[in-house]
Amino acid sequence: MMQFGVFTVGDVTPDPTTGRTPTEHERIKAMVAIAQKAEEVGLDVFATGEHHNPPFVPSSPTTMLGYVAARTERLILSTATTLITTNDPVKIAEDYAMLQHLADGRVDLMMGRGNTGPVYPWFGKDIRDGILLAIENYALLHRLWREDVVDWEGRFRTPLQGFTSTPRPLDGLPPFVWHGSIRSPEIAEQAAYYGDGFFANNIFWPKEHFQRLIDLYRDRFEHYGHGTREQAIVGLGGHVFVRRNSQDAIREFRPYFDNAPVYGHGPSLEDFMAETPLTVGSPQQVIERTLRFREYFGDYQRQLFLIDHAGLPLKTVMEQLDFLGEIVPVLRKEFAIGRPASVPDAPTHQSRLARLKEVTA
Amino acid sequence: MKLVTVSAGLSVPSATRLLADRLGEAAAARVPGLEVRVVELRDLAVDVAKAFVTGFPGTALREVLDEVAGADALIAVTPIFTASYSGLFKSFFDVLDRDALAGKPVLIAATGGTARHSLALEHAVRPMFAYLRAVVMPTAVYAAAEDWGSSEGLAERIERAAGELAAQLLNQPVRRAAAPFVPFDQLLDSVRPASGT
Repeated sequence: MMQFGVFTVGDVTPDPTTGRTPTEHERIKAMVAIAQKAEEVGLDVFATGEHHNPPFVPSSPTTMLGYVAARTERLILSTATTLITTNDPVKIAEDYAMLQHLADGRVDLMMGRGNTGPVYPWFGKDIRDGILLAIENYALLHRLWREDVVDWEGRFRTPLQGFTSTPRPLDGLPPFVWHGSIRSPEIAEQAAYYGDGFFANNIFWPKEHFQRLIDLYRDRFEHYGHGTREQAIVGLGGHVFVRRNSQDAIREFRPYFDNAPVYGHGPSLEDFMAETPLTVGSPQQVIERTLRFREYFGDYQRQLFLIDHAGLPLKTVMEQLDFLGEIVPVLRKEFAIGRPASVPDAPTHQSRLARLKEVTA
Repeated sequence: MKLVTVSAGLSVPSATRLLADRLGEAAAARVPGLEVRVVELRDLAVDVAKAFVTGFPGTALREVLDEVAGADALIAVTPIFTASYSGLFKSFFDVLDRDALAGKPVLIAATGGTARHSLALEHAVRPMFAYLRAVVMPTAVYAAAEDWGSSEGLAERIERAAGELAAQLLNQPVRRAAAPFVPFDQLLDSVRPASGT
């Protein structure tokens, strides 16, 4: 029904409690260990960020995900996010189709614009074209995966004549695409237009902000005739730190929170928990808070948790995954209760292939 | 109609707040049914700083930002510190949505110890609101410490500025909220090459 997993930014951050900074090598290996452990504890999805500047390591997502694919059996490999603005859509089409074959279809990806201004010129692009790059590049990518021979001309890229992107998608079925956004209604509109999934990062910001984006996406999904607004494919982030009892969780997480990149040195942990979906506490508290997402955003398809940032050591992150291994079966059961039959399951290669065969039969 | 007055005064009571109230009352006297809400930035100083760090405004600050964005007009009053608007005043408008003041009538005013700082309104405050595409009233009101003990000048400037703001409010067409999104075919059109089919 629903999918649960983890997404990682891939930051190399000093552990504020010890002052120790992991090496890039350690961090990369830790990301792989987290992915393998995610499968081991029964999660469905591992998604890696894509960044091209320190202190982040995951500049080459398909290399990492290909390696993880070889070491896992069931885990869906995804991104959070793939930079649709600065990557060549031709290379995205090729790389992810290749990964799809190697992983026997256990691949989807999430498009994003990236949030670092300087990354645009590093790849010969202009940040002022950010939205338009996302629109044009995805329009091309969408065709490259669906048409064997493509003639194309746009504003930002060399024209293509009689171009075939290889390998062709596995079983003729392109990877499922999510569009991730923190701010832009244009991206919600884009996801709706194509009938793709929409992923609201849902961390670091108040829920009302994401409610507006998801409402817009659902309305427009229906407008474009892909189904009712309840049938739109929604993914959400979540941000948790768990210990058996909540006082321990808060005591242990506080120094990581207080010094975290992005939001550290600002509001108190308590204020931030009240203002954003961050939950630091017991497994039961995480369950209750996460179940409430359905009230805010409607029944949805995918829940990804952020558990490995701000310098948390690998050992702690692995313990977090053990807790998720306990939490997620409860969430699966509870989310299934009262879920209308008309709400689609989370998309997988198999389910989409079965539907494609039904339609073409 | 709704008017929001933003005061960046720090002391209680403050001359900045006093000037803001005088301006608000003068505007309300000219516009029947005008609802005036006063915002003291002092109360939001910590929230504004947190918004810089986290990237989003907390509940109390968000409510005020929405109020400013939804107002029909704004009166903005700052003390002059170090030859310009106060850091808190600027910070508040830094966290406000970039388009929130576009086309909105704004009356600017400032306070200071001496009249020698009065042109900070023209050199610092007015360009900031021009950048935000606000419609800034021609009369900017500066009140030096000495003005509060004088029978000349200040009252007249307050009346003139309030009159300009009232005229704008009474003549302006009803503001319509911008569409929350651009339809996708328009987005696609904007990447179509000029020579394309």
